[in-house]
Amino acid sequence: MASQRFEYAPAPESRAIVSIASSYGLFIGGEFVDTLDGRSYKTVNPADAEVLAEVTEAGPRDVDRAVAAARAAYTRTWSKLSGRDRGKYLYRIARLIQERARELAVLESLDNGKPIRESRDVDIPLVAAHFFYYAGWADKLAYAGFGPSPRPLGVAGQVIPWNFPLLMLAWKIAPALACGNTVVLKPAETTPLTALAFAEICQQADLPPGVVNIVTGAGETGRLLVTHEGIDKVAFTGSTEVGKQIARAVAGTRKRLTLELGGKAANIIFDDAPLDQAVEGIINGIFFNQGHVCCAGSRLLVQESVYEEVLAKLKRRMSTLRVGDPLDKNTDIGAINSAQQLEKIRMLSDVGESEGAARWSAPCELPERGYWFPPTIFTGVSQAHRIAREEIFGPVLSILTFRTPAEAVEKANNTPYGLSAGVWTEKGSRILWMAERLRAGVVWANTFNRFDPTSPFGGYKESGYGREGGRHGLEAYLDV
Amino acid sequence: MSERQPRLAIRKTYKLFIGGAFPRSESGRSYVVRKANGEFLANAALASRKDARDAVVAARKAFSGWSAATAYNRGQILYRIAEMLEGRRDQFIADLAACEGVDPAEAERQVDESIDRWVWYAGWSDKLAQVIGAANPVAGPYFDFSVPEPTGVVAVIAPQASSLLGLVSVVAPVIVTGNTCVVLAAESRPVPAITLAEVLATSDLPAGVVNILTGRVAEVAPWLAGHMDVNAIDLTGLADEPSPSEGADSTSGSPSSDNSRQSLAADLEKSAADNLKRVIRPPQDAVDWYADPGLARMTAFLETKTVWHPIGI
Repeated sequence: MASQRFEYAPAPESRAIVSIASSYGLFIGGEFVDTLDGRSYKTVNPADAEVLAEVTEAGPRDVDRAVAAARAAYTRTWSKLSGRDRGKYLYRIARLIQERARELAVLESLDNGKPIRESRDVDIPLVAAHFFYYAGWADKLAYAGFGPSPRPLGVAGQVIPWNFPLLMLAWKIAPALACGNTVVLKPAETTPLTALAFAEICQQADLPPGVVNIVTGAGETGRLLVTHEGIDKVAFTGSTEVGKQIARAVAGTRKRLTLELGGKAANIIFDDAPLDQAVEGIINGIFFNQGHVCCAGSRLLVQESVYEEVLAKLKRRMSTLRVGDPLDKNTDIGAINSAQQLEKIRMLSDVGESEGAARWSAPCELPERGYWFPPTIFTGVSQAHRIAREEIFGPVLSILTFRTPAEAVEKANNTPYGLSAGVWTEKGSRILWMAERLRAGVVWANTFNRFDPTSPFGGYKESGYGREGGRHGLEAYLDV
Repeated sequence: MSERQPRLAIRKTYKLFIGGAFPRSESGRSYVVRKANGEFLANAALASRKDARDAVVAARKAFSGWSAATAYNRGQILYRIAEMLEGRRDQFIADLAACEGVDPAEAERQVDESIDRWVWYAGWSDKLAQVIGAANPVAGPYFDFSVPEPTGVVAVIAPQASSLLGLVSVVAPVIVTGNTCVVLAAESRPVPAITLAEVLATSDLPAGVVNILTGRVAEVAPWLAGHMDVNAIDLTGLADEPSPSEGADSTSGSPSSDNSRQSLAADLEKSAADNLKRVIRPPQDAVDWYADPGLARMTAFLETKTVWHPIGI
């Protein structure tokens, strides 16, 4: 198979467009400031494990200061500003993101490891679109169905993951600001750089100081932020385990909470599906962003009658995936985000084998330095296997089969998660029948992993609560 | 012969309402319910952990059918509840006067409002999706829509003071959208809830959609909050209690002070996090149950499902 592949010359995107400082402070009250607590750590490029920059690990006094800055900005300026003017600031930010799109894409790929094709064509355009979308809501909140003059909540503490660093920032900050809140945001430990670039964009836009504050750090910084008494709202995207800790931490307080957590989505292929398209959907579902996607289609459910055919097509397609340099425009699959995540993927894959499932990885050469994992599938997976139950958050697909639509629904819903699901069939009535029964917040029919600022996204059950995107996304930031 | 002997009253033992039936507590326990003036009113079943679990099983069993019923059908059934309640209006007025110690005019007002509240919510069944659902104008060739769906099994800690209107105001919004529920009735004022169960049992409401427990909040609520097959919990009933002179038996294990109720509410919310139940916290201010209810009690227990499909030929 490999011998039939077209050979590609490397086509790397230049990293000259990005200038990364050797070290970064915290963005508090409109300025980059040094830490009061005095700790720092290094963020690396997962594609070669080289240090990109030294970043501050915010401590208690830093978080205090950031929350105080956000409160002051809320009280003195942002809550007094008209919706129209809030919207204009957001429009400015959206435009600046577009203007700096290439730079942000390269920076994202450097810090995260995702292919430039994705950061350039998916992440950054969606970031800009998200700010444009919520910019427009800022002066129309009275028409959003939450009463004639819905009030903001105050100061939001937001903690985001490393899989879509700038996109998750946009999902958090755009609706919060549009509704009149101010924010303290903690980017993920391993991917702080685009959030710091965003801080510069806030300066460029002359956003009033303190409306957006960025505190970098690891889990402890996040814990300090979400448990801080000075915030009114917590928004978290990340693991279900941490989500539950946060839910316990805010219990008995008046803090509002929205959670966007893990998933173990079923991607269901019926025998009448257009199989070539479905295979593209399977690939996109599990290998997009190295499988570092909470809504990834990580459980493939194939109708028995087409199982062999789908498996053969899938393996053939996987053999053509190009794994390697994230900055190469031909790359399909980039680096695993961190050594820690790579370890987790390896561990769960080993468990898959030891529990009796059969592993197959696409033949591909992995770079020697950095963190890499080949696109991998497991066959002979039962519902009891850990690789069918636990979120692997990597390019690893568990394949199961079913006979009837009812069995497909039963298996798809047999999980504590409920973030997303995929259905592939040519029969319209069956799509709607399935969509009605799948207990998941997003159902992609004959497509997968589509996102849009107008489209509400979020989970059922232990995948969290609240929605991001669309009119629904406003509710998380209004006192309703 | 012409003089009738004073008739000895039949004292009713009020039972639980689980899966459409009226069982006693499996624990065999009951407790004395007193009128507002302290007189004996009735015995009520003192629900146990096992009763709570049975009620959750019944609610789960009813969920698939009820959530799949057409919105029109659910609306019809809620309206039927209003009709049946109207037919027993006088009984509820008497119950309320006894339980809450309110004058007949106030009891009448509360019963009338309760009946009208069922009618109000009945009408929402086939309208809410149009108000809070959406067709999403995505930037691409996709048809993309969002619809509300019921969260699942909801545990409801009913208001302690407003034993009928408060109860109806927390139950109707849960079930009209297709959820099923386990309700823990007002601890010291459970009688209107069980009388309501008798209405529900004869209103075409499928068995298990509403299950009603009577007993101690502090004893039963933790089992509901920690139950992994309960999807959501309404803690409204942790916010208030009847004044001490009213209702409860002195042996009641009820959370008596503001502090202990707040700490119980916080504990319940913590337990609820074990499977990320959706939570309505106890309201901070006294609730005016006569006010326009708004949509919040319905939307709190709804999920939004977004469906995408490509457009093409």
